[in-house]
Amino acid sequence: MLILAVLRAQVAELSRNRWVLSYTVLLAVLTEALYQLSGSAPRALSGLLNVVLLLVPLVITVFGVVYWHTSREFTELLLAQPLPRRALWCGLYLGLTIPLVLAYAVGITLPLLLHRELTAAIAPLLAMYLLVGTALTLCFAAIALWIGATQDDRLKALGLALGIWFAATVLYDGLVVWFATVYSDWPLEKPMLALMFANPVDLARTVLMLQLDSAALMGYTGAVLANVLGGYRGALATITALALWILLPALAAGRSFVKKDF
Amino acid sequence: MNSLNAVLETRGVSKRFGRTSVLHDVSMTLMPGRVTAVLGPNGSGKTTLNKTLLGLVRPNAGDVLLNGATVTGTDAYRAHIGYMPQAPRFPENLSARDVLKLVLSLRPHAPHVAIDELVAAFDLESFYTRSLGVCSGGQRQRVNAAVALLFEPAVIILDEPTAGLDPVSSAALKDRIIAERNKGRAILMTSHVLSELEELADDVVFLLEGKIRFQGTLEALRTSTGGLTLERSISTLMLQC
Repeated sequence: MLILAVLRAQVAELSRNRWVLSYTVLLAVLTEALYQLSGSAPRALSGLLNVVLLLVPLVITVFGVVYWHTSREFTELLLAQPLPRRALWCGLYLGLTIPLVLAYAVGITLPLLLHRELTAAIAPLLAMYLLVGTALTLCFAAIALWIGATQDDRLKALGLALGIWFAATVLYDGLVVWFATVYSDWPLEKPMLALMFANPVDLARTVLMLQLDSAALMGYTGAVLANVLGGYRGALATITALALWILLPALAAGRSFVKKDF
Repeated sequence: MNSLNAVLETRGVSKRFGRTSVLHDVSMTLMPGRVTAVLGPNGSGKTTLNKTLLGLVRPNAGDVLLNGATVTGTDAYRAHIGYMPQAPRFPENLSARDVLKLVLSLRPHAPHVAIDELVAAFDLESFYTRSLGVCSGGQRQRVNAAVALLFEPAVIILDEPTAGLDPVSSAALKDRIIAERNKGRAILMTSHVLSELEELADDVVFLLEGKIRFQGTLEALRTSTGGLTLERSISTLMLQC
């Protein structure tokens, strides 16, 4: 009940937050633009791939860190109430993520809904986009709250947030390419799979690309990925890995919050 | 001061942030029906002491006790404390009504003052349902005061309570503080306005570099320093230290 009270207040606050509303509008405008350019919903969603993979982690991490620091004094006021810290953290985390997940869902779904493109044919692909976007939101929001709880200096926290986003979305890919080039004479299927699971953005990219049938364009690598991740076990491994990428940062952030001196 | 009747107290509390010792072996008591002023220059440890009492800061050594029982590291004891932080930043899209309802819902079984009474006492009516983001600093501070006095706790901690308030609101808050003291509540107050503390405080705790340099009644402070005013007494104390 106490968690719900905090959650309700957070949702009421963030659902009227101009940055959250801008995020919704930005996603809707991008989806609409891609729909107008490509002329079909599946193509528009294909075009959204990099938007989801780059924009969602960036917005969520930066917004999460900024929100942590701007609401810190109010968090202290809530901490002065007879509320277990763990319960308060759950309320703050869910209160932050639910409006952002809704903003994402509305942003990419609304244009398709207005164009009457929400058909059974597009449903699995759209569902996968919603699932992956939700997972990335939950993961990077937890990372943002962990940064907030461990870095009191606002600028350092923002720098760390941008650094983590850059490492996960750009630097990591460069390292993977370097690794694949240097060890190209070796069988790399298993190390590459391990590397993919070790980064939530890469994992999200692979899941979406397999759903988009883009794996066919990746030759042998795509065939390996489709073979490993396409079946029941692969889906289970993917879902488990995404869940761990939510759970581990959330646990780390919750632990830091509980131990923190405010 | 006799700690037997203390509502809230610290015993041998020390706190370090990295290499910096912020509180060193601080033992102090808050007595029912008395206003205790915590004084000290910037960086003396006043805010850390407040936050330690509230459990926002965990001491490296020592304990916080409520009615004689150790409560360090627990949460439920805060049901007995009302807290007014220094100039809080409320979520800008919430209204005073939302904030009061939220805080009320976090202590569902606690006896509380009628919200209408607080709205009238702190003149919140004109902006009660307006987003706090568009309210002035003084209006937000009035909401802050209403939150601190919403329940009927044994202890009230006020950090610079009149900062940003206009004279009318400031006077109303001081009257309220006196009324709460007369109801038997223990009140801890920090302020840079010494005349205000002189008007309200019964006891004084003077902190310097994280150590208590004086603890006693306002009268005892004046007597021991020979100061005619609190300001003179404090400056004498600082020179002696």
